[in-house]
Amino acid sequence: MLLIDCPHCGPRDETEFHYGGQAGIAYPTGDVSDEEWAEYVFMRDNPKGWFRERWFHVHGCRTWFGVERHTVTHEIRKT
Amino acid sequence: MTHPDFLWRNPDPGPSYDVVIVGGGGHGLATAYYLARNHGLTNVAVLERGWLAGGNMARNTTIIRSNYLWDESAAIYEHSLKLWEGLSAELDYDLQFSQRGVLNLAHNLGDVREGRRRVNANRLNGVDAEWLDPDEVRKFCPIINVSARARYPVMGATLQRRGGIAKHDHVAWALARRADAYGIDLIQGCEVTGFEITGNRVTAVETSRGRIAAGKVALAAAGHTSVLAEQAGIRLPLQSHPLQALVSELLEPVLDCVVMSNAVHVYVSQAHKGELVMGAGIDAYNSYGQRGGVHVIEAQMAAALELFPIFSRVRVLRTWAGIVDVSPDASPVIGPTPVDGLYINAGWGTGGFKATPGSGWVYAHTIAEGRPHPLAEPFGLDRFTTGALIDEHGAAAVAH
Ligand SMILES: Cc1cc2nc3c(=O)[nH]c(=O)nc-3n(C[C@H](O)[C@H](O)[C@H](O)COP(=O)(O)OP(=O)(O)OC[C@H]3O[C@@H](n4cnc5c(N)ncnc54)[C@H](O)[C@@H]3O)c2cc1C
Ligand SMILES: [Zn+2]
Repeated sequence: MLLIDCPHCGPRDETEFHYGGQAGIAYPTGDVSDEEWAEYVFMRDNPKGWFRERWFHVHGCRTWFGVERHTVTHEIRKT
Repeated sequence: MTHPDFLWRNPDPGPSYDVVIVGGGGHGLATAYYLARNHGLTNVAVLERGWLAGGNMARNTTIIRSNYLWDESAAIYEHSLKLWEGLSAELDYDLQFSQRGVLNLAHNLGDVREGRRRVNANRLNGVDAEWLDPDEVRKFCPIINVSARARYPVMGATLQRRGGIAKHDHVAWALARRADAYGIDLIQGCEVTGFEITGNRVTAVETSRGRIAAGKVALAAAGHTSVLAEQAGIRLPLQSHPLQALVSELLEPVLDCVVMSNAVHVYVSQAHKGELVMGAGIDAYNSYGQRGGVHVIEAQMAAALELFPIFSRVRVLRTWAGIVDVSPDASPVIGPTPVDGLYINAGWGTGGFKATPGSGWVYAHTIAEGRPHPLAEPFGLDRFTTGALIDEHGAAAVAH
């Protein structure tokens, strides 16, 4: 079970949060090809190592925020 | 660490093969077997970084069924189930394949409608399926609590009588023995670390035991496929998550079918040896850590006790996780990649054990012929661009 550091509430149990997947996915602007649209909708990084991701403090302050987590050790290095 | 080699040789890698399969799980081994059996290709190596079938093949809850909703899925999983029905005899090895019936429980009106719809869809596709009302559920599996006062009352269930379980290790060993007998090299302790790509064609793999030239390279690495594909410059619509399961202490026979429930998320069967085998849902976050959160197990246990009050004093013997590769539509990806000669078989997520023979069959065909097997064709990578998804998420009680 992860201990996640909410920027507002401090370290809280993983069960208070909802996982939001990779952080920093920008909505495409302008004319997009099918390939670009597929990239936006379906393609995400899936690294074995450090990963920038979003968490939602659903049972707390209800803030979305980003953390960096290691996908092997589960270490969290910054919020 | 390698498996003892009494059922197969334990060869060193040769300098070159017609086909190199990456990953010695069930799918890699089945692919090797059918490459030889159906296509006469035996200059083949299966490269496994650990020991044969020590990945998800050794970790799954062994549920086999073909009651998927969409035509494409029903076709490939039913093809697989038909192969299971003859596999023990064909491989001359007791796979302990037991068609004891799989129940998918319904706990609310949405589940009921989904279940009835799936029964009809299955029948139209020639897949055996029945709808049971709560009383029929109780008759079929007397230890399920069908009280209307339960927190999540059982409002009915789909039943696939031809579904069941098999002994996963036996499946792997039987396939490995036969592949080996055809002269295929099963190479353990050999991790693929990169690809040699000349022009746009793959020509070799780099491994922890040196370079191995390859006419074709076929990925069958389950949860690690993204990591590998990245080495070949390919980005995949896959996310790797831990999926946990556990077994109880040994019990006298008490449960003679498979029970699955998506709404309260647990699936249970009793192994031949006597332990209850129980699976959960995936942990939410991406991980390669082969361990998940205790709260997931806790939720799974709560669900199990809700359905089976009789299990309240059963002790858990051990828990574990495997890393599963989940695709956006909960369907696998099978076929060619943007790199010539490089093939992919991945995205089976939480439910690929049941597909083992079917997957190997269609993948071997795809590799040997250089174009997708008709059953595999809808599962190509391009579906994420064309939008022709096979969206089994929620549609077919998809966890296993
Ligand atoms: C807890 C759990 C329960 C499950 N329950 C069910 C179920 O009840 N029914 C069902 O149908 N499915 C189930 N599944 C899913 C099923 O196990 C998988 O979909 C299926 O096993 C995947 O195919 P595979 O057997 O080839 O994978 P694996 O056995 O994981 O094979 C992949 C192999 O590739 C190797 N590999 C990875 N990277 C490299 C590399 N770089 N070089 C060399 N080798 C490499 C790995 O070591 C591994 O042995 C479950 C999975 C889990 C984890
Ligand atoms: Zn908070």
